[in-house]
Amino acid sequence: MSTELFFQYIAAGLTYGFIYAIVAIGFNIIYNTTGIINFAQGEFVMLGSMTAITLNAFMPLPLAILLSVLITMIVGAIMEMLFFRWLESPTVLRMIIITIGLSIIIREIALAIWGENVRALPYFTGNEVTSVSIFGAHISPQVLWVIGICSIVVVALQMFFKFTRYGRQMRACAANREAARLCGINAKNMVTLSFVLSAGIGALAGCVVSPITYSQYNMGVPLAIKGFTVAILGGLGNSMAAVAGGLVLGILESFSVWIMPSAYKDAISIAILLLILFFRPGGLFGRKEELALKEF
Amino acid sequence: MLRIRNIEAGYGSIRVLRKVSLHVNPGEIVTIIGANGAGKTTLLKAVSGLLKTTSGEIRFKGNDITNIPAERLVSLGCVLVPEGRQVFSTMTVKENLMLGATVRYRRDGKETIEKDLERIYNLFPRLAERQGQLAGTLSGGEQQMLAIGRALMSGAELIMMDEPSMGLAPVIVKEIFKTISELRNEGKTVLLVEQNARAALSISDRGYVIETGRIVLQGPAEDLLENRDVQRAYLGRDLDAEVEL
Repeated sequence: MSTELFFQYIAAGLTYGFIYAIVAIGFNIIYNTTGIINFAQGEFVMLGSMTAITLNAFMPLPLAILLSVLITMIVGAIMEMLFFRWLESPTVLRMIIITIGLSIIIREIALAIWGENVRALPYFTGNEVTSVSIFGAHISPQVLWVIGICSIVVVALQMFFKFTRYGRQMRACAANREAARLCGINAKNMVTLSFVLSAGIGALAGCVVSPITYSQYNMGVPLAIKGFTVAILGGLGNSMAAVAGGLVLGILESFSVWIMPSAYKDAISIAILLLILFFRPGGLFGRKEELALKEF
Repeated sequence: MLRIRNIEAGYGSIRVLRKVSLHVNPGEIVTIIGANGAGKTTLLKAVSGLLKTTSGEIRFKGNDITNIPAERLVSLGCVLVPEGRQVFSTMTVKENLMLGATVRYRRDGKETIEKDLERIYNLFPRLAERQGQLAGTLSGGEQQMLAIGRALMSGAELIMMDEPSMGLAPVIVKEIFKTISELRNEGKTVLLVEQNARAALSISDRGYVIETGRIVLQGPAEDLLENRDVQRAYLGRDLDAEVEL
């Protein structure tokens, strides 16, 4: 394999890897405060990109993206307040099934609004044929946008959880919900906040990736599967592990095209998911003891 | 300060507390002793709002706090140090302590809170040495100090403690009880639940004995320490062996 081709694959792998990582972090944020997997996570990505595409017809691109992220965050908040907040000590399984139901509803609503058409946001800089040359590989500037924005999101989230009051309160809820309440932390608000955050980063990921992958009402489904694989691969609940897991999966997928027909690309993530569940159910970076404490 | 009247509570269809009444006066240390499963922890959970009561009334400083959400009770000035420490193990000692002050950010501002943090570090110098360490890596005794410190950071006047001596070495237990009696000197009120009846009663003003969800005995701590039934059941004194023939 030539060096140029090698870097071409790496760049493609990083692009998808970061998107998977963002979706996985979305899973993790909600998992940490509630103990559930939000299967509507992929729908946040879809809502973000579809809304931005619609809004972009009326306003400049940055404003459209900003607004669509805000709208998706509001959808996340409403979703949590309508379907989860008032439940009296619900079981994990019950909440997970609610998220599955919600994902179907959101998808159907999106189908009713936008139809089956495949759309896309314009390239942030240049167009389909613009490319920058890095180590001899021709890389679309949009790839750099994806990698850049996703890295910023990851770093910003880490800062939020470490240095802000609400971030620390969310971590406290994740570590020990009852003790957090005894400290005067409103755990229910933290759950709402976790839905808002997940929706926001999902929507942003949907916007930056839209020019490359295109957007459609059902784009969330494969992303949710990949993101879920990555979350499991890294170890549920651990956001930095999700980034590592995402990059691993993205790069594996991209190099798989070299030895297998690209139709098998999606099989890789499913195969990895199964292997991890069989042999390392705590994830690559998870520990057995932690797994024993998890409800799901 | 705290007045509990005829409360009943339990888990599902199991009734644990049956018409429990007790009160705590300002500046007192009051201990509740009882065997495993007598309802001590259930009682504190019901007061702190973690568990719903089915009947009865709880008042704190004149306010009705029956079935108040746990997170609101703290801002009224009543805090629980839960059984088994329950520190935030994935967070640092300092983060744990600062989270204890959650309800005070809006009220008191950062400077007062920083000052209180210094006070906690003076009370437990070991926590100061380990402020950057993850709470999960502390020893049991240090975690208990952290749990107490975190509760104190809320600025509460009434501190309820559930088995602070559980699973700790005797020398640490002594230190913890010494700290609890110092709290009274600082004007705090303490409601203590303990299996270690002798140690707890010896620093307390008054005590209650709870058996299968009922208060069966109450009185000044010295009287309880002298009481033959209490001695036999909770202080591990074998009276029959001491009987002179």
